Amino acid sequence: MSFLDKAALKIVGTRPIRPDGVDKVTGRANFGADMVMPGMLWGRIKRSPHAHARILGIKFEKALALPGVKAVTCGADFPEVTPERAHVGAAPANLRDLSRNVIARGKVLYEGHAVAAVAATSQAIAEQALDLIEVEYEVLPHVMDIEAAMADGAPLLHDDIFTAGVEPKPTKPSNVSKVVRFAIGDVEAGFREADIVIERRYTTKPVHQGYIEPHACLVSVAADGQCTIFSSSQGQFMVRAYTSRIVGADIADIRAIPAEIGGGFGGKTIVYLEPLAYMLSKKSGRPVKMVMSREEVFRATGPAPGAIVEVKLGAKKDGHITAAQSILKYQAGAFQGSPVQQGCICGLAVYDFPNALTIGYDVLCNRPKVAAYRAPGAPIGSFGVESCMDELADALNIEPLKLREINGAKDGTKATHGVTWVNIGYQKTLEAARASEHLKAPLGPNQGRGIASGYWHNAGGESSAACHVNEDGTITVTEGHPDIGGSRASMAMMVAEVLGVPFENVRPVVGDTTSIGFSASTGGSRVTFAGGMAVTQAAQKVVEVLKQRAAVIWDISPDAVEWKDGKAYPAGPNAGAFEPLDLATIGNRAARTGGPISAEVQINAQGQGPGFATHICDVEVDRETGFVKILRYTAIQDVGRAIHPSYVEGQMQGGVTQGIGWALNEEYIYDKDGCLENPGFLDYRIPVASDMPMIDTIMVEVPNPRHPFGARGVGEVPLVPPMAAVANAIFAATGLRLRDLPMSPPKIRAAVDAEEPPRLAAE
Amino acid sequence: MPRVSYTAPATVDEAVKALAGAAGLAKVLSGGTDLLVQLKSGRLAPELIVDMKRIPEMIGIREEGEFFVIGAATPGVMLSAHERLEHAFPGIVEGVDLIGSTQIQGRASIAGNLCNASPAADSVPPVIAARATAVIAGPNGRREVAVEAIVIGPGRTSLAKGEFVVEFKVPKPKPRQCDAYLRFIPRTEMDIAVVGCAVNVTLDAGGTCIDARVVLGAVAPTQLIVDEAAQALIGHKLDADTLAKLDLAAQRACKPITDKRGTIEYRIKIAGVLARRAAAIAFERAAARA
Ligand SMILES: Cc1cc2nc3c(=O)[nH]c(=O)nc-3n(C[C@H](O)[C@H](O)[C@H](O)COP(=O)(O)OP(=O)(O)OC[C@H]3O[C@@H](n4cnc5c(N)ncnc54)[C@H](O)[C@@H]3O)c2cc1C
Repeated sequence: MSFLDKAALKIVGTRPIRPDGVDKVTGRANFGADMVMPGMLWGRIKRSPHAHARILGIKFEKALALPGVKAVTCGADFPEVTPERAHVGAAPANLRDLSRNVIARGKVLYEGHAVAAVAATSQAIAEQALDLIEVEYEVLPHVMDIEAAMADGAPLLHDDIFTAGVEPKPTKPSNVSKVVRFAIGDVEAGFREADIVIERRYTTKPVHQGYIEPHACLVSVAADGQCTIFSSSQGQFMVRAYTSRIVGADIADIRAIPAEIGGGFGGKTIVYLEPLAYMLSKKSGRPVKMVMSREEVFRATGPAPGAIVEVKLGAKKDGHITAAQSILKYQAGAFQGSPVQQGCICGLAVYDFPNALTIGYDVLCNRPKVAAYRAPGAPIGSFGVESCMDELADALNIEPLKLREINGAKDGTKATHGVTWVNIGYQKTLEAARASEHLKAPLGPNQGRGIASGYWHNAGGESSAACHVNEDGTITVTEGHPDIGGSRASMAMMVAEVLGVPFENVRPVVGDTTSIGFSASTGGSRVTFAGGMAVTQAAQKVVEVLKQRAAVIWDISPDAVEWKDGKAYPAGPNAGAFEPLDLATIGNRAARTGGPISAEVQINAQGQGPGFATHICDVEVDRETGFVKILRYTAIQDVGRAIHPSYVEGQMQGGVTQGIGWALNEEYIYDKDGCLENPGFLDYRIPVASDMPMIDTIMVEVPNPRHPFGARGVGEVPLVPPMAAVANAIFAATGLRLRDLPMSPPKIRAAVDAEEPPRLAAE
Repeated sequence: MPRVSYTAPATVDEAVKALAGAAGLAKVLSGGTDLLVQLKSGRLAPELIVDMKRIPEMIGIREEGEFFVIGAATPGVMLSAHERLEHAFPGIVEGVDLIGSTQIQGRASIAGNLCNASPAADSVPPVIAARATAVIAGPNGRREVAVEAIVIGPGRTSLAKGEFVVEFKVPKPKPRQCDAYLRFIPRTEMDIAVVGCAVNVTLDAGGTCIDARVVLGAVAPTQLIVDEAAQALIGHKLDADTLAKLDLAAQRACKPITDKRGTIEYRIKIAGVLARRAAAIAFERAAARA
């Protein structure tokens, strides 16, 4: 059964109030830090004050002598994660590295790296005990930046990393963990054909996801090894699996209960606290609660990488691009695995380049290990490519939107990474931009308009769902994905649509790891797609059962029952022979017609639809202070089908907001020793509400035929275009090209002064 | 475990006694919007906290002859809501209005802003520009000093042990006198001044400046009264040449540091920009009072 015909939909596409809304606005919702258990201890982490150092020894005697301290732990308590156990299921994380990120062994690799942990009867005692843990270090030279880390003789973070992806196989260890490469056509020939070639270098700074809720968990390990974890994350099954591998426990012994989550944006797809709390609980025999401070969140949890992006574009005078090349170098932080490959792919994926080459380098440095952040890697590569497109448009004297219309990807275009596009909506986003009122609105002095596009794959994968018809005919839907962006509402809407019942009759629940089948994390914009597919199938199975039960009641064949508008109707030869039966009636008689009415579905969803977006941004630049005001912003996106349009718009607006912070002010400031100077929201400047205009959204709907309702992921691509959209708007307003993020007031003022040195008072 | 005592006296004398009687570190609390943050972060561990908000004399705004008298612990929202003060000193109210948010201003006081002794404090430059004085109580009785005499460096004041500010006395404006305060931050709210500048001018009937004070914040260890900038204004109308001289004088006075909130070069340039812009507003306001 398909629900692709929008006109026939009654619930999908409307805007009901989210089922978790009341709890959240009244403060009743339980987030990671809200849980308590009797006898609970407080855990705290001792962190490295050095960017790079060898741990010579850790002494706990004084800490253990402090009354109230019940347990301590350090790397020595954790099993070595062998290569065979370094991966679990389809999850991408390397758990050997993750284990060493959770707790250092041998060396500390960044300031804030966890070295030891303590559990005590109060927060104050735990805090005091930290100062009593004595760690002796041999400080090593550190390296923070990409080019320094790649240089000959740079301090090495790991002596067992040999650059992968190069021939011949290197014999010397390196801070470059891998090199990736994608190509199509003949890029050199393409540049030779070009009338004009533009080559530019762009840089970005690491940025934090900036979730408002710090990491938090409560872990209780019983004497027989059975464990309960209550924590805020993007995946309870991820928490269970990763914790099991890092502490050396069986998966079946761990029950992970998802808390409400106060933002994750990718940063909560790995664990930091749970294995430490596990070990402290195991040693003390008491539940242990751990909550990070904001400072710890900044010093030790995942930023998106800083990067260098070199882009070269060649084009004919008429605007047809003949060749494109990008070289990307991403900071991985202390362990390998930056999303550089996605940066390579996504930056070029928007266009139909006949010849293209992209190369990416994953570079280790003494910073926190990077973590996923909305469309991991893509915003960085796209900042380079979309800025360079604007520079090319300027050089060719072609309108930037026109340049994209000429070269944009369409169905049938083969992307540089080898995929041939089907059912994509990129051109539709350009059409919507062209038709938008925003594009025609007049601009004042010092104002300018920029546009930029972006792409993100979106994900499918493993999801489980259960649909239960209750005795009174109401519906409980259980899914396995923490609800970050309003997905409970979308799940309930799809189920209500399939069953033909009011939205309010469906109560969606996020299950723990023992109450629903395995489900991959909430990430990759996959939940409404894959989770939505699973709940839809579960609801469809329930419809089949309901028809059977009606058939039993009427004593006719199930084939002769039709399900319509929430009721069973006799059909075919029996049409009109019986009064229709509604859900309440069938639910109430379940015991007499065959027992409970439920369906569970497990899928590995395939066929996620790619996401494309085009953004338009207007800015006003104060040339004297360098202040950039965002005047107007329109985000246009192919959303497949907006199941709950408000939450789709919310995703688009949220991504833009984060992108504007990334563009204008967000940056980590380190001192010369590699220690972070701005670990808080006062000096790490995410946008405040008054910085933002209302962000307009235009949802283009090119349904994804592989999803029953046509949904594609919508949560990540909104963060891809904003940095270039802002940079391009600043260029339009001032004629100044800012190639280094953040485009903060001092940088803009310096660019103004470089162009026309300040006219100072003639004395 | 460290312990802290708290007392909320009802009179200035009781407060003086409480502070004098403390053996260790005793801190005065007005709104607490700086103090509590510092306690929480562990930067300060006082033995005693003396809350000033229960002392009637220290809260509220009175007019006494030629002065506005502002109780030291008066929260910012009361200043903004005081129409006559707002009319007389829009620049002071602008400074107060910039502190944090509505919630913060429900607590934050000028005395706390001053005695926290941050070079970036927003209400301090316009108060100094208005030539206000502070009445100080202490073990040796009361004394009155110019506001600019109180802050002597980042986090340091000239107040002796046991002394605190009871009230501020702001001389009422003369005819055609008015002020303005501007600060620059990289965002629109909830940030710390990269540079702040208050300008308070008096004009003659023809629009020529006859008296001026220009005060910069966040560009030196303390707020700076820039005499040279005032001299650039006095005797002049606000033409391009005067503005250029003002800009240069403001830039020259700066002795900033480079830190996570701004570089030396940038702060200096912005000081000049803000001085010009604040002067333009102050002149316009003063002229409108003619
Ligand atoms: C979220 C937030 C945003 C902020 N934004 C800004 C901003 O934009 N601009 C800005 O300038 N500040 C800002 N601040 C800082 C703070 O709010 C101000 O400095 C405020 O004016 C302090 O006043 P208070 O009454 O709360 O001081 P308190 O915290 O009570 O005291 C501050 C200091 O002054 C001393 N003190 C208090 N009263 C007296 C007295 N009567 N005599 C002697 N010493 C005294 C205290 O002992 C303490 O050392 C912000 C603070 C927060 C938490």
